Amino acid sequence: MSKILVLFAHPALEKSRVNRHLAAAVRELPGVTFRDLYEAYPEFDIDIQREQALLVEHDVIVLQHPFFWYSTPALLKEWQDLVLAHGWAYGSEGKMLHGKQALSVVTTGAREQAYSSDGFHRLNMHQFLAPIEHTFRLCGVRYQPPFVVHGTLGMTREEIRAHADDYRRLLEAIHEERVDWEAVPEHQRLNRSLDDVLRVEGEGV
Amino acid sequence: MYGEGFFLQALTFLTAAVVSVPIAKRLGLGSVLGYLLAGVIIGPFVLGLVGEEGQDVLHFAEFGVVLMLFLIGLELEPARVWSLRAPILGLGGSQVVVTTIILAVIAVLFGLSWRPALAIGLSLALSSTAIVLQTLSEKGLLRTSGGRSAFSVLLFQDIAVIPILAILPLLATAGRSQHAADEGGHATTWVEGLPGWAETLVVFAAVAVIILFGRYLLQPFFRFIARTGMRELFTAAALLLVIGTAMLMSKVGVSPALGTFLAGVVLARSEYRHELESDIEPFKGLLLGLFFIAVGAAVDFDLIGRNLNLVLSLMVLLIVVKWLILFTLGRVFRMSMDQKLLFSFSLAQGGEFAFVLLSFAVREGVVPADLASTLIAVVALTMAATPILMLLNEKIVQPRFGTREREERAPDVVDEENPVIIAGFGSFGSVVGRLLRANGVGTTVLEYDSDRVDLLRKLGMKVFYGDACRTDLLRAAGAEHAKLLVVAIDSHDKRMELAHTVQRHFPHLTLLVRARSRREAYDLLEAGVEHVYREKLDTGLRTGVEALRLLGRRAYQAFRAAQKFRLHDEEAVRELAKMRHDDKLYFHTARQRIDDLESLLLSDLEDSGETRDMGWDTESLREEFGGRS
Repeated sequence: MSKILVLFAHPALEKSRVNRHLAAAVRELPGVTFRDLYEAYPEFDIDIQREQALLVEHDVIVLQHPFFWYSTPALLKEWQDLVLAHGWAYGSEGKMLHGKQALSVVTTGAREQAYSSDGFHRLNMHQFLAPIEHTFRLCGVRYQPPFVVHGTLGMTREEIRAHADDYRRLLEAIHEERVDWEAVPEHQRLNRSLDDVLRVEGEGV
Repeated sequence: MYGEGFFLQALTFLTAAVVSVPIAKRLGLGSVLGYLLAGVIIGPFVLGLVGEEGQDVLHFAEFGVVLMLFLIGLELEPARVWSLRAPILGLGGSQVVVTTIILAVIAVLFGLSWRPALAIGLSLALSSTAIVLQTLSEKGLLRTSGGRSAFSVLLFQDIAVIPILAILPLLATAGRSQHAADEGGHATTWVEGLPGWAETLVVFAAVAVIILFGRYLLQPFFRFIARTGMRELFTAAALLLVIGTAMLMSKVGVSPALGTFLAGVVLARSEYRHELESDIEPFKGLLLGLFFIAVGAAVDFDLIGRNLNLVLSLMVLLIVVKWLILFTLGRVFRMSMDQKLLFSFSLAQGGEFAFVLLSFAVREGVVPADLASTLIAVVALTMAATPILMLLNEKIVQPRFGTREREERAPDVVDEENPVIIAGFGSFGSVVGRLLRANGVGTTVLEYDSDRVDLLRKLGMKVFYGDACRTDLLRAAGAEHAKLLVVAIDSHDKRMELAHTVQRHFPHLTLLVRARSRREAYDLLEAGVEHVYREKLDTGLRTGVEALRLLGRRAYQAFRAAQKFRLHDEEAVRELAKMRHDDKLYFHTARQRIDDLESLLLSDLEDSGETRDMGWDTESLREEFGGRS
């Protein structure tokens, strides 16, 4: 049984259309600690000890946020800068996160086609997420393929509900250690064909 | 119309004041001593410019004391007077009773019978409200615990005058002297001839009239006056109020000063408080100055010259006895050494009430006339000596026996200069100081409460004791090398004074000044202070943020809203500060306050639409790309 820490960052959740539903789908799940960063630190006064203690207590770190200017909202960046400290998270003495896993849960306004070498944004999501991937690599954390919800600008209610449902199923499976990470094609998003990745309960290891 | 004589007299008094007071202040002697000296100089015994009419001037100028008590009343809310009841009754009561008894015993030892001895004891037990309060407030010491104790005692004495006036006739041995009835100075009161209980009843009725009038009728009255839009009419109404109250109280046989003090307290919470203060203030200042000049002029140097030894020894005796009693009381009431010294030195004199009471006692045939005039000369001398004694205390006694102005350090310790000076280490200043200290910024503290000074020194802080407005103290505290001066003292007047002093003498210092209200912020901004911090703004905003959160708003949204509100409000304050002296906008406080609030509320509404956090709003994005990308 893996314990999951969701670090959720959205500066204006009251205006959110998709993240609000994604968050609601996993907030109360067993085995999940849901941390609403903007609610906890509206003045950016991050409690480093507390955040580090939470990291130590969990096995899987989920960064859930909208994709703002190809990156995380400001507070989540501040969280990385302060909490993943040298001598604690990285460096010759910093091994507190070794062996853990992490993944991003990201929403983008544009559709998936826009994120490719010949698309509107010129790079794909794997490339854009490189800073986070390498941050975790330096901390000895295995950065798994991301859960990306594309095209939120034109999304229908049904589609949003379906994504929220996928997100819940994913976290349940992670908690119960039923995810076959190897099944995700390289540089691909985790939820492209979620059913191939999640093993049904009782299907073996 | 007054003839040339009036102008000549006015010219004499005004010249004396204008010349001597600045000199006295420059010499560090305080304005009271300046006025007294001016009086002595123009009086019959030096230049002889003022003769017999000096007495009339004295009576006229006593009204300055009445105005002063009214202004003090305005500063004191009823709740605060109530909270002072223990020191007023306990400290004031024991001072009057103990001093009366001891002075009377001394008089008996001098060979008087007990009746005149008691009358003299009662008259001399009282101190000079005018001199003490003026000197204390000039030195900014009224808010220290010693100053407050002195104030409480003076207040009790003002009350005590009423029963003393009632007791004096009972002490008459020779029966009322004949001319008392003819002169009838006291016989014009309404309560004359009434039985004791009725007299009391009338006094209570008069007090009730003042309270009810102040509570319910004054507001509409002033509003009516204010609507005429004529500023001088408001001043006239304010003076009318004070004079009317004073008249009413003297008619029922109560000290007019006490009556107007009461009226002031009743009006302390009124919206017209600031208007009344600024209208009455100049009259008070002038009349009080006149009063001090008249006291100086009234000192009978002829009489003193004839009985030099007697008068001088009585003066010393009176001061020493009163001082010892006060010092002992200070000990009983557990004041610290500094406050005890301040308290004892400030009240160790006879007061203006002694003039009244002794004359009255002569009229009632209690005290022989020649003895009374000697005592009056003694009292006048002790009054004149008070500012000198307080100066002596401040410069010589207190530095030696009390808390030291600056700490003595071993000469080998290098005195490092702190970049920040904090004036006032009360609840506000201490927050600033602690934050800076916790972050390794050296701070030097200027503080005038000796107890706090002792404590801070014990904690190893660099503390200078005294009035932060003094240039020499500022210099000693390193103002020449410091970068910032945080002004956190309580009194707005002192903060303004300090700001001016710093701008003049230490222009390189950046001032960070606390303001209690929007109005004080206007004053400071107008004086050219850039960094002004209104006490209530941040607390109010934090409360508002919590309220928004508790209503279910996102914490970060509430925080941003408060940040924007603060920016907007700071801009508004600076905007409105500029408009303040536009006569059309400014006539009386209430109207202006409502105007302020109205324009604030309106601009809040305008603003909220324009400065939303557009960056997080996807609406326009959805419109542009929602269909296709």
